[in-house]
Amino acid sequence: MDLFRLKAHELQQKLFRREVSAVEITQSVLARADKVDSTIQSFITRTPEAALAQAKRVDEKLARGEAVSPLAGIPGALKDNMCTKGVKTTCASKILANFVPPYDATITEKLAAADAVIVGKANLDEFAMGSSTENSGFFVTRNPWDTDRVPGGSSGGSGAAVAAGEAIWSLGSDTGGSIRLPAAYCGVVGLKPTYGRVSRYGLVAYASSLDQIGPFARDVRDCALVLGAISGHDRRDSTSINAPVPDYTAKLESGVKGLKIGLPREYFVAGMQPEVEAAIRRSIDELVAMGAELVEVSMPHTQYALATYYLIATAEASSNLGRYDGVGFGHRGEGSDIVSMYKRSRAEGFGPEVQRRIMLGTYALSSGYYDAYYLKALKVRTLIKQDFDRAFGQVDVLIAPIAPTTAFKIGEKVEDPLAMYLVDVCTIPSNLAGVPALSLPCGFADGLPIGMQIIGPHLSEATLLQVAYTFEQAHDYHKQLAAIREVD
Amino acid sequence: MKFETVIGLEVHTELKTASKIFCGCTTEFGGDQNTHVCPVCLGLPGVLPVLNEKVLEFAIRTGLALNCKISHYSKFDRKNYYYPDLPKNFQTSQYDLPICEGGYLDIEVGGETKRIGITRVHMEEDAGKLVHSGTISNSEYALVDYNRTGVPLLEIVSEPDIRTPEEAKAYLEKIKSILSYIDVSDCKMEEGSLRCDANISLRPVGQEQFGTKAEIKNVNSFKAVQRALEYEQERQEEVLSEGGRIIQETRTWDDSRGVTLSMRNKEQAQDYRYFPEPDLVPIVVDSEQIEAIRRSLPELPDARKARIMKEQGLSAYDAEVITATRPMADYFDALIAAGAEAKAAANWLMGEVSKLLNACSLDIRSCPVPPANLAEMIALIEKGTISGKIAKTVFEAMWNEGKTAPVIVKEQGLVQMSDEGELGNIVEAVIAANPQSVADFNAGKEKAVGFLVGQIMRQTKGRANPELVNRLLKEKLTGK
Ligand SMILES: [Zn+2]
Repeated sequence: MDLFRLKAHELQQKLFRREVSAVEITQSVLARADKVDSTIQSFITRTPEAALAQAKRVDEKLARGEAVSPLAGIPGALKDNMCTKGVKTTCASKILANFVPPYDATITEKLAAADAVIVGKANLDEFAMGSSTENSGFFVTRNPWDTDRVPGGSSGGSGAAVAAGEAIWSLGSDTGGSIRLPAAYCGVVGLKPTYGRVSRYGLVAYASSLDQIGPFARDVRDCALVLGAISGHDRRDSTSINAPVPDYTAKLESGVKGLKIGLPREYFVAGMQPEVEAAIRRSIDELVAMGAELVEVSMPHTQYALATYYLIATAEASSNLGRYDGVGFGHRGEGSDIVSMYKRSRAEGFGPEVQRRIMLGTYALSSGYYDAYYLKALKVRTLIKQDFDRAFGQVDVLIAPIAPTTAFKIGEKVEDPLAMYLVDVCTIPSNLAGVPALSLPCGFADGLPIGMQIIGPHLSEATLLQVAYTFEQAHDYHKQLAAIREVD
Repeated sequence: MKFETVIGLEVHTELKTASKIFCGCTTEFGGDQNTHVCPVCLGLPGVLPVLNEKVLEFAIRTGLALNCKISHYSKFDRKNYYYPDLPKNFQTSQYDLPICEGGYLDIEVGGETKRIGITRVHMEEDAGKLVHSGTISNSEYALVDYNRTGVPLLEIVSEPDIRTPEEAKAYLEKIKSILSYIDVSDCKMEEGSLRCDANISLRPVGQEQFGTKAEIKNVNSFKAVQRALEYEQERQEEVLSEGGRIIQETRTWDDSRGVTLSMRNKEQAQDYRYFPEPDLVPIVVDSEQIEAIRRSLPELPDARKARIMKEQGLSAYDAEVITATRPMADYFDALIAAGAEAKAAANWLMGEVSKLLNACSLDIRSCPVPPANLAEMIALIEKGTISGKIAKTVFEAMWNEGKTAPVIVKEQGLVQMSDEGELGNIVEAVIAANPQSVADFNAGKEKAVGFLVGQIMRQTKGRANPELVNRLLKEKLTGK
């Protein structure tokens, strides 16, 4: 049997019953990646030796009868913007092509403490800026369901790896939809937790007030397991939330009876692919049939979310990316003096989308423009948060599309940044509000997965997982794996 | 036309917290290059700052000592600019909501007290240090030492209330005195733990609107601040008197040449693109916290000076000198507690004690003579056991040998000769041995007395009570 096709919780059962070893599981996943990664290109760096060594340690622990965590021995992947001590962390940028962090991100430490196996660092849009991984400074990751199409972004490598069987689970980061979009396009579960639920220490910053790490998984239960392993307060991250971490699997089977589901009408935008809209509406009907109550809600400031996001995120990025100057680390360009060295380093090191966003953000913060752009965006952000507060006064969760369409063709939008930005119109508001949101497979259109978005109030991850699980169990979307031609 | 000078000062002081403002690295001065660093203060990708609570406490202490309002809600902002000593290419500082605002301090110049407003006090991080291979203009390369990167700083900004370079110096001395009293900074200008930028402009007397200002940087001592401002005052007056225009600019002080030089034109002011630091949460301080810190404040220099003047009857000048630093004032209080008379205690402290401390480059906290021992010695002078002159010898011996005054006096036989009979005999013998001097005296040459006193002191090894010697000599010479 192909172990790489199983879910983490299934593998965990087999492991605990000693039917398989962690080394066997890891070998299966590594072998799968050997065969498909030349096609999918999920990984920037693969770490098979370290993965096998870790799997061996887990087997030894099990042999000694020691207690291990649910993720012990289960192979996963990290988006390559999460610091791993001694392993290159590139952010898919030429400027960090050879950067080896001397320290681990908090999530890296937590996963190590959970005895998880890490098989590699996944591709992304450079510095997590993009919706397709086409902005990677190295190569484009392909959608496992159709290799002519994008896997979504920015965590495209993380989504594709899980969908292609190159990892059982993975982590991505979501600033404006960067976990949920690839989850939807690749037909897997993706969750952006509440801002502050997962420590950002060691996550290379794109937009600090929006960035949040979260899991990709093949089903909802796995998603809950990974979330449990990475969540929690971290004193190294001042913005992390000091609240206990519940057992996210505890409520999974509680159903949706009596749950109030909100349908935000502003999320059903003009120009939506009809099959996508139909799938979302059908899914909602099913949840209602399962006992949920439907309430139509209005979130009037949704239309301003995209503009607000592109001011706040780029402003923060312009400052966060200031440190890539060729002085202390990263790519250094030749220059006759310090200023020309700065310019060459950054011009050579950053790709066009990163440069575009740095310029946008620098402009938004410039004196004379600050009030009209950045400050105004902060005010609109407050209004958007209030939209959510009002909505969650009426309903338990909101259901909406992840994106207006299914995965688009590689190259289709690269010449049109605005069209690319519009892909995130349904995912951005929850980043601005800091609330958790989950992407769940809810159908196919022409063989391409469709993602449904479930959004909840602060720290409502368990409820989102409960709704998602209820829906998932009535379908077999999570049992399907993309058919990819294996290459020996 | 007569001009009035307007000066405002920005003081940066390094706080003496054990660790840096946003990471756990030590703030210790020195150390091998780039050894007091970690991923956070090196600004590596992915790191986040965490505010050192001690920095906040020190900032509030300082604000309270400077009579400021403490903000219940304040925040950090990023000041963006590119410089190789700034690893993130932004400095985390406070912009529109500083922790302290609207305070003042009183200075004394020419016997008059003047109040100088404090606009604000805010927290920020220090930058690293560039080490050039040659001079700044011809270096082939520069190296960066990040040991100071992230050391906590307070920036204390004064109102433009200062009118003379002398007031500026007095203001700085007062700031230093207060910061050292409340124990938040070492205030060592030579180690860069206290730095000052000065804004200076001139305006015609009677005009309300400020003139165009120049900012003077790179001034490394209080004396230099005064000199730089004096130079700049003169330069601006000359320019204006000739009908010229002052350019708003930054000027650097060249101490060896005694001039300020233009650095860069501030008319194209740098745009720092300040915005709220998203990696730190806003700082919320409640009244209880503020009051707890207020209660923990020591007596401040002004209050202490007033108390010493009132309780001990010292002059304003003496009290000012003695209370300039807290350890000095503590030493004084200990002398009084050990029974020393106030004026004598003050004189010894400002005289011999300070002289020897300076000569040995010692802080009064490591003074080898404890206050009780000095008080005991002062008592010996008062009782007449030793003379004030001999006392200096005794004090030096106490300093060097660590013994008490009575022991030294006994060992070296330094007890003052105050016996009239015994001393009378010596006086008579000296008069008999120096007939020429006696003749000179009788001829009206008063100087001769000095010679005879010297002879008597030599014979008594300096132990003779000087007042008694003078009286006896006069009596015997004039036959009265
Ligand atoms: Zn550090």
